[in-house]
This record gives sequence, structure tokens and C-alpha cells, in this order.
Amino acid sequence: MGTTSMTVNTALLHRVAEKDRAPVPFMLDGEPATALEGDTVLTAILTHRAQLRRNEFSHEPRAGFCLMGACQDCWVQTATGERLRSCATFIQAGMQLTTGAPA
Amino acid sequence: MTAPTLQPVIVGAGPAGIRAAQTLVAHGVRPVVIDEAARGGGQIYRRPPAHFARSAQTLYGTEAARATALHSTFDSLSAHIDYQPNSLVWNAQGGVLDVLHGPTQTTRTVPYQQLIVASGATDRVLPVPGWTLPGVYTLGGAQVALKFQGCTIGSNVVLMGTGPLLYLVAYQYAKAGTKVAAVLDTARFADQLAALPGMLTQPAVLGKGLYYVAWLRAQGVAVHTGARPVRVEGSIEGDMRVNAVVWSDGNTEHTVPCDAVGFGYALRSETQLADLLGCRFAWAPMHRSHLPERESAGRTSVAGVYLAGDGAGIMGADAAEWAGERAALALLDDHGVKVDAERAAELERKLTHLMPFRQGLERAFPFPTDWAAHAPDALVVCRCENITAGELRACARDAGADEMNRLKALTRVGMGRCQGRMCGVAAAEILAQATGKPIDQVGRLRGQAPIKPIPIHLQAQAEAAE
Repeated sequence: MGTTSMTVNTALLHRVAEKDRAPVPFMLDGEPATALEGDTVLTAILTHRAQLRRNEFSHEPRAGFCLMGACQDCWVQTATGERLRSCATFIQAGMQLTTGAPA
Repeated sequence: MTAPTLQPVIVGAGPAGIRAAQTLVAHGVRPVVIDEAARGGGQIYRRPPAHFARSAQTLYGTEAARATALHSTFDSLSAHIDYQPNSLVWNAQGGVLDVLHGPTQTTRTVPYQQLIVASGATDRVLPVPGWTLPGVYTLGGAQVALKFQGCTIGSNVVLMGTGPLLYLVAYQYAKAGTKVAAVLDTARFADQLAALPGMLTQPAVLGKGLYYVAWLRAQGVAVHTGARPVRVEGSIEGDMRVNAVVWSDGNTEHTVPCDAVGFGYALRSETQLADLLGCRFAWAPMHRSHLPERESAGRTSVAGVYLAGDGAGIMGADAAEWAGERAALALLDDHGVKVDAERAAELERKLTHLMPFRQGLERAFPFPTDWAAHAPDALVVCRCENITAGELRACARDAGADEMNRLKALTRVGMGRCQGRMCGVAAAEILAQATGKPIDQVGRLRGQAPIKPIPIHLQAQAEAAE
């Protein structure tokens, strides 16, 4: 992160309940990170980051929109190129997720 | 007593789908129930993952008893239905559904003789400049984050648009300890007063709505009626994300600093499956949309296909439960199974009696018909493919597009991954404004399979098998 502003890679979502769950380790943009059991991939990422991906047309960051499987804005790529609809996929230990966020 | 030809499938396990399933089971019929979610309940009574700890009272508030009743009904049916969760119906025709199983990413076919479609609804969205910034969600999305994941979309949140969900989400967020920077309702206070006579027909429901507003005001939350969202502003340094909302009171613009926005304008029906099944559609003025036709019991123009719940017109969760039961009784009755005609009539009476209240809601939270007139050319209407209001207007003006599918073919609006779920309402409003046609005269986006994205090799595989 280095010299960029403090706000880079801050969490978008805030946990306000259900914090007492088992931790689930995963990799986020090549760095180790921790989610909680029962998190969606979207929650796992956005409690660490402010984006899920970049839009293919505007190249601007996106962070999901409807959270109920309709808008298709929350597709996330894994390190191996697989695509997941992050609001409808639960986090699993060892997942390797990428967001296109500045490192 | 099971009739041999009965092979019913129910799509959707929300209030309508669950009551339909219960009714079929009560008559000795074993339905297949296919649902996109991991657990039954639908969106309104969506259940968190099994090991989450909050009580039903915390999750569902005044609706806790209804939510619990519905969930326990569904759980009690498990031995009597063929329940297929995590499963997306992505195509439907000629007695066969194509179904994608999410976790394994495999597709299969499910045959049906009779079909009850209870596909529900999503937020009705009217874009505002800045709506693609991280931190902007639908009102329903803001609620899902809290209910389903124990998270809020920000720590200082503006909620805007209109509809009952606006105040409910504001109340739920404030109750969870999150600062609600402002509630901006496009409806005017005068609209809400004018709606009172109709809404007094359901005093308990009206009372809850008034309670939320009064509670919010008592907590010091700024609630503005007659407010028009102008734009969402974002930070340009560091992460690109929301940092303010600008709104207009008609004379003056106001800026509210915030770190997240939830917005929506009531709900819109998920009608794609009814469309693929060939159901006849008609313009429904109260819903300001083209909807599949259903008669009072839920029958459609296609024999063997029934509709129930918000997927065929937004009537709310209570109505969805009654409509689900009614559609199941119609299905049974149509196939020679004896049903309780008195109960069927009672359900139809309940649904009819809800109408004055439903019309009252439309008066209290009217669709902002001047939205298109205020939408700047630079506004991104299609968030999938970044298509602007100006491009849509230019297409109407220069290419003479005056119908939605023509507009889609020429601009790709509605052709992106969401298939028009997020942009369709807005694109139709822009087209009507640009052509000077009434909104009911610009047509509707035709549904196309797959109705949601599926891996391309699976679609090819399924087509090859046909």
C-alpha cells in the first residue's frame, strides 16, 4: 500500500452482529485474510476491501448492488480464473480470490 | 387419493411457494420445490445460515411470528416434498425446466406436468448519477446484508427512494446501531395524507409504518419528504467509494456526507419464467409495468401454469401466502382433486380486501413519474455495460427506436448480465420520455434463456441434449 491514501483497501461492510463464528482462512489478492463461517464470498471480501472487481466497460471498481442474485454485479474471479457470483456463494477455507484492487 | 397425472413443480420457496407446497402436500401430492437460495423463506423472510445466533425477533421484528410460522411449516414439509435448494431455473418450456445447481455448477432437466411459478421480486431501481460507486446498494440489498450476514453497508448511511421498505430499512439500521444520516423520500407528505383513507383498511399494517417514521424522527434521524436524489458523490483519492449524497427539495440542493447509500422505489416482479412459458402479458397501471395475466385463483393463459406472489404483481408477503395456497387449490381442482371450495373463496376474498390498502400504498409512495425528465444524458442507465441515458435518447432520436426490444437491439440496454432487471424500468421511462409516447406504449423487454448467466459450456451441453 505504501504511499497511497489511508482509505485504500478499507472495508466497505461493517459487522454489527453474528461476530462469534469460526474463522475461515482464505487468500485475498495474494494476501492471507480471515472470514467467518457462513460469510458469503461478497461479505468475506467487502469486510476487508471496498471493491469486488472492475467493470469490463468502465474499468471502475464495483462492489455488488442487489445482494440477492439479480444484478450480476458481484461476480468475482478466483486466482485460477473461475468466476463466482459472490453474493450467492459461501466462503470456503483456502479460496483464492482477486478483486483488481490496487495492491 | 393422488391423481396419477399430478407431477407439480413449484419454483421459489418464499411465502407463496411454501404455502403452495403445504397445500399440495395436505392433499396427498408430493411437489418438487426448486429454490435459488440455500434455505427456504424467500427474500422477506430470508434465513441466515444455520449456525447464526440472532433471534427471530431481532431478525424480523414485528413479522417474527409470521416468519417463524412460515419457516417451521417449510421445515415440517421436508419428508413430503422433493426440495431442491441452491438451484436456479434458467429455462422453461414444453414441460421441462433447465436447472443449474450452484455449488456443483451442473445443470439438469426437471420435467413438470403442472407448474406454480412463485419467482418473487427485486427492488425497482431508478438510477441516480454515482449509483455504480462501491457503497451504493438497493434497499433490499442493504436489508439482506444485515439480516443474512449481520453486516451493514456502511457506518453512516443515506437511505432514499420511496416505498415501505425505505422506512423499514432505516428503522432496522438505526436499531442495529448504525447512524442513518438521512432518509430521503421522493413522495410528498401530501401524498401520504391522501393515501390514508385506503390505508386505514389495514390499520395494523399502517400502524407499523407510522411507528417506524415516528420512531426515526424521535431518534433524531432527518426524514425528508418531497426529496429528489440528484447524485451520489465519491472519493477520488484512495478507494473509489461513496462519500456524500446531493438531493434537492425542489428549490435548493443539499449535501449529506455519508459512506453508503441504500435506495429503491418499491419492488418489481421477476417475470422472466412466465415469459419463457408463453404466458400472456398485459399492462398493469397500478404496477406501472407489463405483467403476466393471472385470474383470481392464479391461473395463467397457459394451461397447467399458475402464478403466485410478487412475481406476478407486487402485493406483499401476506398476499403471497394466500395466493400460493389459492394457486395450489386451483391446480388440484383443475386436475380432479377435491378441494375445500369455501377456503378457496375465503382466500380470494382476503386478496380482494387487500386492494384498497395496496392502492393506498401507491398513493403514499408514488412512482416518481418525472424521473426521466431529470435524468442527465451522462447518467449510466445500464450498469452492466455502461450505457447512458444520452445514448438511449440518441437511439430514439436518430435511429427511430420507439419500442424496448428495438432499443435493446441497437444499444444493448437490457442485454447485459442482469438482463434488464436493474435497468429495464429506467430504460422504458427514458424511451417514453424521448419518444413522447405513454409508458404503456413502449413495450417490454422479452425474457430470454438463460434468464440468469450460467457457464457457457453448460448451456451448450444442454442445447446439444435437446
